[in-house]
Amino acid sequence: MIVPGAQAARIEFRDWGWRYAERDDWAVRGVDLVVELGERVAVVGASGAGKSTLLRAVAAVLPDEPDPDDDSAAAAEGSVLVDGVAPGSVRGRVGLVMQDPEAHTVMSRVGDDVAFGCENTGVPRGETWERVRSALDVVGLDLPLDRSTTMLSGGQRQRLALAGVLAMRPGALVLDEPCANLDPSGVQQVHDAVRALLDETGATMLVVEHRVGTWLDLVDRLVLLEPGGGVIADGTPADVLRSHGDALTAAGVWVPGAEPERGSARAPRPAPPRAGEIPGSVPGSTLAFRPLDEAGTRALPRAGEIPGSSAEPTPVFRPLDEGGRAAGCAAGHTAEHTAEHAAEQDLLVAEGLGTAQGRRQRVGSGIDLDVRSGQVIAITGPNGIGKSTLGLTLAGLLRPADGTLRATTTLAGDAGPAPYAWSSRELAVRIGTVFQDPEHQFVARTVREEIAAGPQALGISDTVERVGELLDAFGLAHLADANPFTLSGGEQRRLAIATVVATRPPVVVLDEPTSGQDRATWQAVVDRLGALADAGTAVVAVTHDRDLVRALDADEVVLSATGATPAAETRAPAAETRAPAAGTRAPAPATATNAPTEVTT
Amino acid sequence: MTTSTTQPAPSWRSEPPVRSERGIRAVQPVAALLGVIGLGICLVLSLDVVSAAVALGLELALLPLLRIPVRTLLLRTSPVLVAVPLTGVSIALYGRASGREWFDLGFAHVTDGSLVLAVATMLRVLAVGLPSIVLFIGMDPTDLADGLAQILRLPARFVLGALAAIRMMTLLGDDWRQLAMARRARGLADTGRIRRGASMAFALLVLALRRATTLAVAMESRGFGAPGRRTWARPARFGAREWAMVAVLVGIGLVSIAVSVAVGTWRV
Repeated sequence: MIVPGAQAARIEFRDWGWRYAERDDWAVRGVDLVVELGERVAVVGASGAGKSTLLRAVAAVLPDEPDPDDDSAAAAEGSVLVDGVAPGSVRGRVGLVMQDPEAHTVMSRVGDDVAFGCENTGVPRGETWERVRSALDVVGLDLPLDRSTTMLSGGQRQRLALAGVLAMRPGALVLDEPCANLDPSGVQQVHDAVRALLDETGATMLVVEHRVGTWLDLVDRLVLLEPGGGVIADGTPADVLRSHGDALTAAGVWVPGAEPERGSARAPRPAPPRAGEIPGSVPGSTLAFRPLDEAGTRALPRAGEIPGSSAEPTPVFRPLDEGGRAAGCAAGHTAEHTAEHAAEQDLLVAEGLGTAQGRRQRVGSGIDLDVRSGQVIAITGPNGIGKSTLGLTLAGLLRPADGTLRATTTLAGDAGPAPYAWSSRELAVRIGTVFQDPEHQFVARTVREEIAAGPQALGISDTVERVGELLDAFGLAHLADANPFTLSGGEQRRLAIATVVATRPPVVVLDEPTSGQDRATWQAVVDRLGALADAGTAVVAVTHDRDLVRALDADEVVLSATGATPAAETRAPAAETRAPAAGTRAPAPATATNAPTEVTT
Repeated sequence: MTTSTTQPAPSWRSEPPVRSERGIRAVQPVAALLGVIGLGICLVLSLDVVSAAVALGLELALLPLLRIPVRTLLLRTSPVLVAVPLTGVSIALYGRASGREWFDLGFAHVTDGSLVLAVATMLRVLAVGLPSIVLFIGMDPTDLADGLAQILRLPARFVLGALAAIRMMTLLGDDWRQLAMARRARGLADTGRIRRGASMAFALLVLALRRATTLAVAMESRGFGAPGRRTWARPARFGAREWAMVAVLVGIGLVSIAVSVAVGTWRV
């Protein structure tokens, strides 16, 4: 049992503002906010509104000391108080849990990690272990104390972090997007653990999350923060949602009840598209492509026409067996296919595919899967089941551990059938990969060079034009000379997709393309993906984002401990117009040996 | 330990978790560290063949007690096993010349004296290198950190910082693989190996700094570096087992010196 010795804390901001060192703009300014003892408050606002800064100030972990004499140093104005004093002087009163579960586990064993905070605040040994055991009980983490922390799932890790905070008996709990990188079951686990923790301690809570719906049942107040404008709405969740719904949506908040419609990011498909046709030509859906149109001379392509097709086919849109790449295809066969199912060519065929990270870590097996042009496949399943590994294997980056992954001649052309054996250049024009962390794939000093890097390596002559088109299409033109590492999360994500699309691969594989994004960034990414698929690119997204699956009306492949199975809810009405085999074949054989990392003993 | 608990909890709940390690793994790593340092000091006092051979012989005799699989043993000691012949060859060629000369290449001679010196050095590198690797196979860095901080009284900030850094190494390994795959996916991996390596190293540095910053924030938010005394949740004992470990290792050194002196090969 947790001792009710710790009193809830009172948090107060008085006209508070903060500017990071070497920045011209204030990260947050003019905030007046009081969180009374035991109150639970959710803070929302657009990216860049300073929500994280606010939480870090309460937890006393802002970098740098403000120095009024130095213009380039950090600066603060107003005051932030915990129990009436500066947060730094009551360290341990405020517990912080952050977004990236990987990065904030301190120790290598579960028990030691929870004990870490107690040790730092000088709790005697016996009491420390008692607190550790109680805290793990409260968050529902039933693991041996000497279990390695490297083997935990995302949800387990976040609960571990909560236990570590709880063991310190905080007066206030401060959560900075704790669920941003979790799968739905992880979100549920963390939500329940937080509720248990609050019930146990009565602590004050401040939480920031784009998908604020997760927390609405636990919070008393919802506060909307405006970049540079302080608090613009403050009240009960119901009131604020009702009176400021539009402002919330504009700020990128996931307002409950405003989830995207099924297929909303895809062009309508009245009939199977003909060869060379952009499926549908609704302004909204073609908007994303317009900049790719020849010099933008035509605002909207007419139906049945590939933008720029008069001069030369634009490969992103080009039906896959037109153009030089499909040299292996017999001409008659090709014509027949384009007439019937331009957007439904098999590109990759996996049979009994087994996946592995490195040489020994076998992850999944017995996976049967077809990747077709113009198709969106969502690979889903719990954290740690091997979704990313499957994605990387399909992308030709990891060697299949078992079974076969074959590229059809439509995709492979004059290269061999095994994507893993392709050279880097052969791969780049056939399968593009967007990594979970965009920073892993940046190679250049400016955004412009970054997009040009791929086409340049391939010796493509119209690199400059392509780069210009993509900069416009992905809304990055104003950042063309910025360093990719300095962009915001959403901008980095868009750039990552642009760099991959630049070599115009018929297959694009994305690993968690939407995790941790506000609604606006999410929409931009999902619209791009929908447009790519509408133009005939096969899009494979590894994701736990239900909204993404729905908005793209994706064919879902669910990985589970018993293998990959097509989900029941794939392809609602629109599917009827498509070929019967929508992505996956019959259920995977029972020999599947996916090893879940959610360990419960 | 007493607590301020209002309702008494079962006493086992306030006990540190029982570690399941047996045998050599249960010995506090600081003992092995001190012992290996002692052994090393004994072995650098002389440059003769006998003392090094005796020490190595004793170590090999004790090695089976550690029950390390042969494969692991060869894999882990491979750096030493590679370094040893290289050291031997270079000393045989360039060591102080004395006695009969076997080769003379102008810049290098192989003589009786340099050959003996080469053998002695090879044995010595093995005799020091072997225990300093095998005793730390499977060692838990957390245990070492506890020992360094509680037994040797090194500053907690330094020890825990280093411990966190070790934990981050595996993450950096993953980062490196991702960086390599990303470059392959973008068509950049066919040429320019060295330039690519440099760009990956730079990206890795950026990622490492970012991870370090996050981890520092996480540690700070849990009270790391707060003023006041820090307690240690895990006891680090230096008891009979630990003294025995030190005694065995230093003993090997002392015996080797004694034998060497007795047969008259000892020279400083």
